Amino acid sequence: MSTAPALAETVAAPAPRRRGRLLLPILLFGLLALAPLAVSLGMPSGWLALLTRAMIFAIAALSLDLILGVGGLVSFGHAAFLGIGAYVTGIMITEGQAEALLILPVVLGICALFAAITGAICLRTRGVTFIMITLAFGQMVYFLAQALSAYGGDDGLTLYAKSTIAGLDLFSTRTGFFYCVLAALAGCYALVRILVASRFGRILRAARENPVRVSVTGFDVTRIRLVAYVISGMVAGIAGFFLANHTDFVSPAFMSWQRSGELIFMAVLGGVGSLHGAIIGAIAYLIAEDGLSHLTEHWRVIFGPLIILFVLFTRGGIVGMLRKLGGGGGA
Amino acid sequence: MTTGLLLVQILNGLQFGILLFLVAAGLTLVFGVMDFINLAHGVQYMLGAYLAVTFVALTGSFVLGLVLALAAALVFGLALEFLVFRHLYERDHLDQVLATFGLILLLNQGVKIIWGAAPLSVPVPEFLSGNVALLDGILYPTYRFALIGAGLAVGLLLWFVVDRTRTGMLLRAGASNAPMVSALGVDIRKLFMIVFAFGTMLAGFAGAMAAPILSVEPGMGDTVLILAFVVIVIGGIGSIRGAFVAALIVGLVDTLGRSFMNDLLRLFMSAPSARATGAALSSMLIYLLMAVVLFLRPEGLLPSRGRT
Repeated sequence: MSTAPALAETVAAPAPRRRGRLLLPILLFGLLALAPLAVSLGMPSGWLALLTRAMIFAIAALSLDLILGVGGLVSFGHAAFLGIGAYVTGIMITEGQAEALLILPVVLGICALFAAITGAICLRTRGVTFIMITLAFGQMVYFLAQALSAYGGDDGLTLYAKSTIAGLDLFSTRTGFFYCVLAALAGCYALVRILVASRFGRILRAARENPVRVSVTGFDVTRIRLVAYVISGMVAGIAGFFLANHTDFVSPAFMSWQRSGELIFMAVLGGVGSLHGAIIGAIAYLIAEDGLSHLTEHWRVIFGPLIILFVLFTRGGIVGMLRKLGGGGGA
Repeated sequence: MTTGLLLVQILNGLQFGILLFLVAAGLTLVFGVMDFINLAHGVQYMLGAYLAVTFVALTGSFVLGLVLALAAALVFGLALEFLVFRHLYERDHLDQVLATFGLILLLNQGVKIIWGAAPLSVPVPEFLSGNVALLDGILYPTYRFALIGAGLAVGLLLWFVVDRTRTGMLLRAGASNAPMVSALGVDIRKLFMIVFAFGTMLAGFAGAMAAPILSVEPGMGDTVLILAFVVIVIGGIGSIRGAFVAALIVGLVDTLGRSFMNDLLRLFMSAPSARATGAALSSMLIYLLMAVVLFLRPEGLLPSRGRT
């Protein structure tokens, strides 16, 4: 840690770039914080709900970006954590316990446990096998939720109350809920960003580039990846908690494998590994989905080819494009 | 649980396993030789079923319809290879996953637009519509026997092609070291296309053969795709033999689990809780099996030789 400031002093060039990197997230969160104001000034009120939903998915995409972008582990079962978070929340509210300060620890605990067990097995493999196994574990949870006949089974579970925070009814108004989600997103973003900048994050990134060299240097690559996997799962569980409160409904569809694919696309759309890219990607995805589904019920026929074209012809996602634009302007 | 019921369920499991093998064989070949993860493989299975619906209705003959459906599936698969997959071979797995995910969205919805969202079916062909009497007078449909037979024949053919012909030799060489095969003067693009066409045909064949016994509906490929993944992971990626063994295991475990888990659990617990646990456990059974296999052998049961 002590060498990092010294390095920054001797190499002058990275300093302005680092400031530039902070600019985009600050701008992003600033714009998001102003959204309710824009709605009260005459934007359609549906936008606030859409943005809230987008921010919830941004939390999930952000958590995925930690293992996918930073760690280089393509998890195709990440929606499982979203679903676990949502189901734990839904079940506890149904059983009469709506206090978020009690629900969240349970959500985090169960997500951590599930991530630790499945991660320990998944991380024994790599590459394509890892993709397939995470997918299969995601399906396992999906079928488990379908079999939960006491809590709706295949039909899902309707919630008749929202969570309270320390007894305060913050989620009942749209604006209140919006700011709670925004605060959670900002908190998760700060946490993941600090984590990535830390020694742990550097080892994780190094292991993505060359796992053999990192393990020869004396680090336990699998253990570091497992820790990242568990943290990522817990953050996605938080997204699940908010999703259940947002839709007042949980169903197995929350953790279908298509949802996992969508989360990957959100992270890649924004620009993989850049963290705020995942947030931008999630917002862009949900707005595009919303716009296209208003256009035609067969919006997937348009959206599918868009994904293919995006993969074939762009690199670095939205953040990459912005950076290219910014770099071109600055030079 | 009687012996007859057990026998019928074992046959059902075998037939399901054979179906999975047909899908998994193409997937594992494409992955083994090209290092290409094709999520759209399940959609090609679905397309095979839909094409069978159309062509069987059009020609009035199952065999003719099947042949036409296979040809159409092949043409479509080659078009996809030319338009999309070809540009993805050099990319990393993440790009491949995403692009083929986009294809799934497009084709699942496209099928809905063309054929409608309601499930369709293909009539069982006349000459296979009877039943075969098993012991103590229990009947089992001839068509399902035909399906098992056809699957075994395809498996045998695959083994012959891969193990005994020149193309198969190149395939195996390509699976263990594609750049080297290319350096030795083999047109690797052509080889990739053959492998891909072969995989598409197998998936389409599985879909068309399944059409008379399953309901043909959008999204039917997705379930099969994920099960095929489980099969490949258990069997060892790139290994046809592994896919065959694992497909039969998965087919049997899934079918027997679904039919006998309740009775088994009732030995330990009350009927309602046995039903609830049984439903959850039987649908998770193959994933648990996969987890156990991977925990013991991360490379799968029968990993293909020459891969590291």
